[in-house]
This record gives sequence, C-alpha cells and structure tokens, in this order.
Amino acid sequence: MKLSLPLAILLSLSLAPAARAANEADYKAAYAAAEAASKEAAGMRNQWTVTVAALAAAKKAADGGDFDRAMAASREAEALAKASIFQATSEKEAWKAMEIR
Amino acid sequence: MKTRSALLLGSLSAALVAFALTSPRVVAADKVDPVADAKAFQNFFFQKFPNVKHEDFVNGPYSMNEDMKRQWQEKEEFPPYEFSLDAGKEMFATPFKNGKTYGDCFPNGGIGIRQNYPYFDTGEGKVVTLELALNRCREANGEAPYSYVRDEMASLTAYMAYTSRGKLMDIKIPDDPRALEAFENGKRYFYTRRGQLNFSCASCHVQSPGERIRAEILAPALGIVNAMPIYRSEWSGMGTISRRFVTCNSQTRAVPQEPQSDDYRDVEYFLSYVANGLPISGPGSRP
Repeated sequence: MKLSLPLAILLSLSLAPAARAANEADYKAAYAAAEAASKEAAGMRNQWTVTVAALAAAKKAADGGDFDRAMAASREAEALAKASIFQATSEKEAWKAMEIR
Repeated sequence: MKTRSALLLGSLSAALVAFALTSPRVVAADKVDPVADAKAFQNFFFQKFPNVKHEDFVNGPYSMNEDMKRQWQEKEEFPPYEFSLDAGKEMFATPFKNGKTYGDCFPNGGIGIRQNYPYFDTGEGKVVTLELALNRCREANGEAPYSYVRDEMASLTAYMAYTSRGKLMDIKIPDDPRALEAFENGKRYFYTRRGQLNFSCASCHVQSPGERIRAEILAPALGIVNAMPIYRSEWSGMGTISRRFVTCNSQTRAVPQEPQSDDYRDVEYFLSYVANGLPISGPGSRP
C-alpha cells in the first residue's frame, strides 16, 4: 500500500503533459500537417468539401483563442484529407471494376 | 537429367503458350474502343429496363416511373422552362454591339445543331461543348462571357436544344489519339468514386436508376445529357450541364471543378457519345 501511492503519483505526473490544454504551437503544427495533406488531395483533384470546412473551423477556433477546438478540427481535417488521398490513389485502378463492358 | 530437362522445357512451353493466349486480351482490354463502349453501355440499359422504349431513356426519371411520367406529361402543357425558352430565343436573335449574332458563329445559323455538341476540335486538341462555344462566340464579338451555371447560358442552350428536338444525338470521335484520350478520360471520370460519400456518377446513374434517393427518382445515365438544360423544381430555376456536374460533385461532398474544366468537358463528351442515336429532348424539366 505504501508503494502504490508513489507509483500513482508518478503515473499521474507522467500522464499530465498529455492532458494539458493545447497551445498555439500545437495548433500550428497540427494545422500545417492538415493543410499539407489537403493540398496533396487538391493536387490529385480530389478535395472533399468536409476537409475544407474542417480547416476553416480550425482557423476560426484558433482566431478565437480556443486551441483545443482548433487542434481537434485540424486533426479531423488531416484525417479527412488522408482519406481522400487514399480514395484518389485506389480509384486510379478501381474505377475499371465499375465499367460497363 | 533428361527427365528434368524435359520437365523444364515443358513448363517453359506451357508458360509461353499461356502468355500468348492471355496477352492479346490484355491489349484488347486496354484499347480505347468508343464504338464497343457505346454498344455495351446502351445494351446494359436496354436489358436492365426491357419495358422502356429506347427513345424514352432521354426523359430521365419519367422513363422509370409511370406515375411521375403522367404528371410530367400534364406539366408539359405549360412547361416550367417556357420563360427561359422565350428569353433564349430573344437573346439568340438579338445582335451583339458589333451587329453580328450567335447565328454567325455556328453552322446552319445555330439552328438544329445541338445534337452535334460536344465535338472534338482537332486544332485545339480538346473537347468543345455548346456552352463553351457560346461563350467563345460572345468573346469573339466583344461581349463578356456568361456564367456557365446561371440563367442566361441556360436560356441560350434551352433555345438551341429546342430547335434540335427529335434529332438524334450524333457525336463524332475523329481518328485522333487526343480525341480517344478525351473520351477515355471522360469515361474514367464518370466511373471514378469521389467525395466523402464515395460515389461515382455511375453509383447513381448506372447502378441505381429508377431507385429513390431521398424523395427523388434517379435518372439513367443513358440519354441524361439529351434533356439538358433542365428546369429543376429543386433549384426553382434552369440549370445547365455545367451546373448539373458541379452540384452532383457537391452532393457527394467532393469539391467541384471549375465549370468547363477538361474533366467536365470530357465526361460530357463521353456521355453524349454513348447516347448517339437517341433523340434530343431538351430543354427538360425535373423535380
């Protein structure tokens, strides 16, 4: 029992950085990653409207100082952009399966 | 040793024979063959809907549903595109500031020619749609181009389509590798899934014509461009082919391309070519 208390303190300390609020630097890094993925999708002519909307929401939240929300929206935008890149890549061949022959 | 050599030789021969048999098919599958594609495309719809008269496919959802068809036929007595048609006729006849008219830009004075658009311009190496040709005509005569998705363009194309009603779609693909590539690119665009909803044009208009998507009945892809432009109750106004492509993309949550982009021009070329032999029915009206 005596041993478990220091262990719990150590554990909570080690987890503390992950639970802290996002700051501007975190947001900027997340937004940059999302924007890069989004540009790649646009270059493949396969941008999704929801990616554009998530990027705009991230910017708006950051402008209002809500970096937690800005981070979440940036991560969503990046995930959506990566999904659209996957779609464009797989459809390079997959479209043929739909063709009427 | 002899047995081993014989086995090896036998396997090699079998592999060569197999390669020789399969390789022509691979080449044939990759070859662009618009005639075969159009035949297969039309047969697919004719077999899927054996009770629909071939020329009726150009009437979109009305060819798929008897109740809707009856309502539409009654509506055609006072069609909602009539104002647009009248406006288009007047615009078409009104001279530009330089005294010339649209008729000076087109064969046969622009009358009864809708069925020949889009065409492949061998000089430019690209597909030219009727909407694009109309704006080029305006610019060549010192006028500002119209928006491809607004009423003026819809009115002009409505009038031109009306003068071609009943004429059979007659799209040519010249013996030019760039024309074949444009056709192939249009086909690729048509069948490629896009947007967050992961839909291709074919998801709705090949796999599901006649089915409902929310309150609407999906039109077959065959002859879908023959009825353009259309009055849509959903839009409370007229829509061009450009507008249709842009909104289709948006509805699947894909960022649409600019109207008259190469992809849109090519997909119109593909859809028009596979509708060869079916009558022009535009302007149309849809729910």
